[in-house]
Amino acid sequence: MEKITLALAGNPNAGKTTLFNALTGARQHVGNYPGVTVERKEGEYQSGDFNALVVDLPGTYSLTAYSEEEVVAREFLANEKPAVVINIIDAANLERNLYLTCQLLELKIPLVVALNMMDVAKDRGMEIDVEKLSAFLGVPVLPIVARSSRGLDELMAAAKDMAEGCLQPPDPVKVKISYGEDIDQTLLTMTGLIRDNSLLKGKYPSRWIAVKMVENDEALLKEVNEVSPELGIRLQHEAEMVAEHLMKTFETYPEAVIADHRYGFIKGILKRGIITHRYDENRLYTSDRIDKVLTNRFAGPLIMLAVLFSIYQITFSLSALPVSGVEAVFGWLAGLVDSGLGDGPLKSMLISGVIDGVGGVLGFVPLIMLMFLCIAVLEDSGYLARVAFMMDRIFRVFGLHGSSVMAFIVSGGIAGGCAVPGVMATRTLRSPRERMATLLTVPFMNCGAKLPIMALLIGAFFAEHQALYMFGFTLLSWVVALVAAKLLRLTVLRGAPTPFVMELPPYRFPTFKGLMIHTWERTWQYIKKAGTVILAISILLWAMMTYPGLSPEKEAVFAEERAGITELYDAGSETGEKLLKEVGNRQGAAALRNSIAGRIGVAMENVTWLSGFEWRTNIALLGGFAAKEVVVSTLGIAYSMGEADPEEVGSLGQRLARDAAWSPLVALSALLFMAFYAPCFVTVVCIAREAGSWKWAFFSIAYSTTFAFILSTGVYQVGRMIGF
Amino acid sequence: MKTISLRRMVRNQRGTITAIKVAGDLGRRIRDMGLVTGTEITVQGRAPLNDPVALRIRGNTLTLRNNEADYIEVEVEDEDKI
Repeated sequence: MEKITLALAGNPNAGKTTLFNALTGARQHVGNYPGVTVERKEGEYQSGDFNALVVDLPGTYSLTAYSEEEVVAREFLANEKPAVVINIIDAANLERNLYLTCQLLELKIPLVVALNMMDVAKDRGMEIDVEKLSAFLGVPVLPIVARSSRGLDELMAAAKDMAEGCLQPPDPVKVKISYGEDIDQTLLTMTGLIRDNSLLKGKYPSRWIAVKMVENDEALLKEVNEVSPELGIRLQHEAEMVAEHLMKTFETYPEAVIADHRYGFIKGILKRGIITHRYDENRLYTSDRIDKVLTNRFAGPLIMLAVLFSIYQITFSLSALPVSGVEAVFGWLAGLVDSGLGDGPLKSMLISGVIDGVGGVLGFVPLIMLMFLCIAVLEDSGYLARVAFMMDRIFRVFGLHGSSVMAFIVSGGIAGGCAVPGVMATRTLRSPRERMATLLTVPFMNCGAKLPIMALLIGAFFAEHQALYMFGFTLLSWVVALVAAKLLRLTVLRGAPTPFVMELPPYRFPTFKGLMIHTWERTWQYIKKAGTVILAISILLWAMMTYPGLSPEKEAVFAEERAGITELYDAGSETGEKLLKEVGNRQGAAALRNSIAGRIGVAMENVTWLSGFEWRTNIALLGGFAAKEVVVSTLGIAYSMGEADPEEVGSLGQRLARDAAWSPLVALSALLFMAFYAPCFVTVVCIAREAGSWKWAFFSIAYSTTFAFILSTGVYQVGRMIGF
Repeated sequence: MKTISLRRMVRNQRGTITAIKVAGDLGRRIRDMGLVTGTEITVQGRAPLNDPVALRIRGNTLTLRNNEADYIEVEVEDEDKI
């Protein structure tokens, strides 16, 4: 039998991903639907001669055009016409889950219902008559427990029968849900018109189009008006008439009447002996007892802080060892190239461009893996929804969502985080505008790579208040990020808040397999997609800081100086070595000034004098675009100190403190600029990936740099005016 | 019996939804999540800062913000009877 397409549809938290993992194992592929940020997951299922491409549709509660996810799911079903659709529903939450089933039935697609979590339902004292349910819905219903893979063979056998046409797809006549006299009458007229004109024939059933138009579904209205504007107007007129009538007589909206009737239909079925409760339906289960503690007014926030702090600890402390391992391997590689190749541009490019670039990408991998593992645990266990529940009141003030807190903490809400996993953590946010605002503001947080620069400048100029300044910058980063989010939500990301209404799913133990698949596939996506771009940018930055080299005349001057020193001192003498190194450092500084980056830095003095920066600082800040810690080493080269070790900045600090171009005021201005200007390009690449377009990535660079410049200039100019 | 807004319900108070007075995205989302007229709900609790509110509905838990709860009217027992 040839390979068929099988789609999985269902509510979030109904166990769809667990079923997907159980069916496909590790044979999965994750991508994106074109133009949107919704993940498209596919996998292979094979058993005997039954071979299927399984597509995991995004979890949705409905098939309206409420969210990107719903539109994607709907489009997929209509355009790709899967041979069979498995609708997974939560047995312990039947009524609401069947709401989506109703809409799938109306789409007249070959449907098989998987009744999941039969074990949980049983524990809750619920008996479900599966055969009766199947008879009323007119489609096969198979009980399963996705977590322990129970009932999957029977489910797939039914799916196979459905795909091969041995089973009848849902009968639209039998399941035709009545929406009350008024709407039914309108639907009849509209369906007739649609059928006579073959509107969108083959894509959607005609009655479904009519229902959606009465529901005032924007996505479908647009589609209808594109193919047949005249008919669109006639149909819309019918829909408006019934809407007006309903408003006049019942003070209600057609969508509300339709939803009421769908639930009425479901209730009608369930009442006929399908479901029996042994206990009171609303009695409290273990999960609710846990909630009494975890969302308690006093204990709740404390526990949440502890959990968030420990995620932070786990991500950054456990990753320290593998990160240094990765660094050691790349250091060894660089050493190998260093000793194996003669000096020259190739060697320099391999070491500073390729090895540092790839090392930079892979250096983040342990961090990202651990962060995704922690998030997967929080998400799969159901705790993340509680975090959103508890934090929402605060974050809402700034136009964000309760779930934003994770991204802020990981990015450096506690000093020393990293914006790369922080940006990727915004995936847990379902609200598009809130998510974008989070994405664009988390790079303001105090990430670990900014700390060496702070240590350098604070140590050199504000040594007596070191701890206070460090803490102050962490607090300031919170204020700036949240205020920036608010401003973005009032301007470019303007719009009403996305409805918050969400489930607090029962607590569950995450499955090991689920966690592993989740963590690995996201990490792999990062390596694959980010890797190539980052390598290219890294080589570009290297070239900018290397070319053009010093002119032969200048090279000759340094060579002469060197020759003079070797003449005066014996090889290996201490003073001689020291003098040689000094010449090398001066040559390095001269070469940097002559490079493209150096010339840009000098040219930028025309603007940056406003905030007190001279060309050396400018070059260092340019270098910081590669990675923030590079600011320190570039400053070292620019000040003829050789490549300063970010961990050991004492001598560079003294040098800066003595320099006439620097003062405590300049240092403060530089600190502010450095804390808030463009994110490093690894973050920028990740923003482009998460936002789904480079437009937002460039916007991020532009707005944060502008903001940082205005801030530092303001502080510098005001400081000078009051005499610092 | 009397009708009040969901926002004004207190912890552990029970009631039946009588109307949802909002259209558009929010109205749709509220209904998609199972909050329709005739549904029985119990207030399970509130977040530490009093907002959002958590509801018990058919053995499951939903949460929504107070300004979203404003649109939902609920018929409850008179307070002195609780």
